[in-house]
Amino acid sequence: MLQLIAFSTLNGVLYGMLLFMMASGLTLIFSMMGVLNFAHASFYMLGAYFGFELSRRIGFWPGIVLAPLMVGVIGAIVERFGLRRLHRRGHVSELLFTFGLAFVIEELVQMIWGKLPVDYRVPRELDFVAFRLFDTTYPAYRMFMLLISVVMFAALLALLTRTRVGLIIRAALTHPDMVAMLGHDVPRIFMLVFGAGAALAGLAGVIAGPALVTQPAMASLLGPILFVVIVVGGLGSLTGAFIASLLIGLIQTFAVAMNFSLAQTFGPHAPAFLSDLWQVTVAELAPVTPYLLLVLVLIFRPRGLMGTRES
Amino acid sequence: MRSDLACVALAFSFIAVPALADDAIKIGYIDPLSGGGASIGEVGLKTYQYLADEINASGGLLGKKVEIVAFDNKTNPQESLIQAQKAADQGIRIITQGNGSSVAAALSDWVTKHNERNPGKEIIYLNYAAVDPVLTNDKCSYWHFRWDANSDIKMAALTNFLEGRPNIKKVYLINQDYSFGQSVQKQARAMLSAKRPDIEIVGDELHPLLKVTDFSPYVAKIKASGADSVITGNWGQDIALLLKAAADAGLQTDWYTYYAGGAGGPTAVKQTGLAHRVFQITEGVPNSAPEASQKWETDFRAKEGVALFYPRAVNEMRMLAKAVDQAKSDDPKALAAQFEGMTAEGFDGGEITMRKEDHQLFQDMFISSFGPLDPGAKFDEEGTGWGWRKVGVVQANNTILPTSCKMERP
Repeated sequence: MLQLIAFSTLNGVLYGMLLFMMASGLTLIFSMMGVLNFAHASFYMLGAYFGFELSRRIGFWPGIVLAPLMVGVIGAIVERFGLRRLHRRGHVSELLFTFGLAFVIEELVQMIWGKLPVDYRVPRELDFVAFRLFDTTYPAYRMFMLLISVVMFAALLALLTRTRVGLIIRAALTHPDMVAMLGHDVPRIFMLVFGAGAALAGLAGVIAGPALVTQPAMASLLGPILFVVIVVGGLGSLTGAFIASLLIGLIQTFAVAMNFSLAQTFGPHAPAFLSDLWQVTVAELAPVTPYLLLVLVLIFRPRGLMGTRES
Repeated sequence: MRSDLACVALAFSFIAVPALADDAIKIGYIDPLSGGGASIGEVGLKTYQYLADEINASGGLLGKKVEIVAFDNKTNPQESLIQAQKAADQGIRIITQGNGSSVAAALSDWVTKHNERNPGKEIIYLNYAAVDPVLTNDKCSYWHFRWDANSDIKMAALTNFLEGRPNIKKVYLINQDYSFGQSVQKQARAMLSAKRPDIEIVGDELHPLLKVTDFSPYVAKIKASGADSVITGNWGQDIALLLKAAADAGLQTDWYTYYAGGAGGPTAVKQTGLAHRVFQITEGVPNSAPEASQKWETDFRAKEGVALFYPRAVNEMRMLAKAVDQAKSDDPKALAAQFEGMTAEGFDGGEITMRKEDHQLFQDMFISSFGPLDPGAKFDEEGTGWGWRKVGVVQANNTILPTSCKMERP
């Protein structure tokens, strides 16, 4: 039992931190520009594919630096030449733009790398067992993923709370007009934030690619969960996104570990109209739990855990 | 009003023309070419294209070329019906599919209805891998023929093999949450309790089909349960990623599988170092196949760069060629009549028979284990240096199970 709890916690935290790397960018972009970026998970996928391509040409380590930068530049270009032009036409066209962009990126990825998963491998230096606990091994690469995401979180927090750039970004979150009055170039800040958000998602892709599967469906598998994270955390709240990411990571992992079903508690005889539901275990419901949480939060606390506004 | 009708009629007659002008025997291949099932859908497509090329190289069928037309169904039943309709609109009258019994059930039903509504334009459905028993039992169709042994046959063979291995005490079941996975789960429970009542089932898991990308939480659970063996019907990325997560966690159990040989599986088994502890049940083992088949497989691997995961596809295409030849026609009605009760020499030896009552093929089934190549063995998998070794055979006549099929014949 202790073994299961230990490993579920590790796996849950790791998954949560990965979610946060993406959700942080998404929630920053949303709170600044009011755009719910549907293509955000696509930047994660691009990161994984760039990481794969670079790792087989020049190695994993240069890849982990260059790939997020490349994704960041693409993100900045998308903002500069796409979203900025659409800004005047209101949020609906921006939303539709990012929605379409997600499909375009998926198709492009399929055209370039094919529809099959690519063979993106864990680098040799990290392909060993980190530690052994209760006779179960834990791969070093997963510890590395955890480390990167924690470092990234600390860096992001320091940037936003301890630097001048962070000050301007936080000001632009709530009072963009005032920031512009003070002589800052707000569109440029938007572009940089969008680029940085994309780069963060890209970094998540680079490190998640070898552990999960690098395939064209990876964006659409993860995209919906990201929205759950930012809604549950509270739109525009970084702290909220952090808590929600960990929460969802842990809930999903622990749900898998549980065999509880109604039949176990109330006996095997179900009321006729509930016969199917009776046998379902919590483990089978694991994939749905984030969405259940989403529905509950929207009903009982529409502004999310740490959010400050209703929509 | 009348002239409107005439226009419509005229328009329709124009649409119908191109289909007639085509002169090739087209086979619609409806399987996943994107998403989680793509890795094996692609292998299947390569196999069928190779088989079609082989037939064409020796003059085609009835002097016509055989052409494989691929349709991507994303392992989704609704999408499959759209693709099947597309195939029908192109005048394709032979379709083949394998991955996903949920898809197979939808297709079989669609084909039956299509044929009732479109006499003279019947479509025949050749199933090479969807093994849910229901397809040749309660939901059988005259137009559906299955070349793979159904799940019950495979489970019966696997559990017979388990009977002779007394060191197995605790078994964990993990399967995909849909019709086929549930049928594996049910049969495993029933057959184990009949044949080895002393075995304890320490876990029974269903997970979403082709959606899980990280199996570590499931593997942690298997580990915690203290299981010494795992039984799974997983296929596609679900078996490869499960084995990969097990390798990462150093999970040391025996594996009794249907499809461990699928893309990515062998690599993960080698990584865990589970020499000859991963078993699979198939209709062929390359390292013990007849000489002619080994030669065939050598050529196939050299050209396509993948192992022959579907020897049954070879059986299917050879029997199709035989049916066309005997009927002197490629009309599905004539072909269906030919297939009923047809016998042939199997790719891996032995006589294979398409049972008339339910359109299920019966063939010798083999259990093999994966490990370092034996001396003289020819084929390793995915460049690992490890290959499959035959450890058991179930003769075709011992695989025959009764059927509840009450077929409606046209």
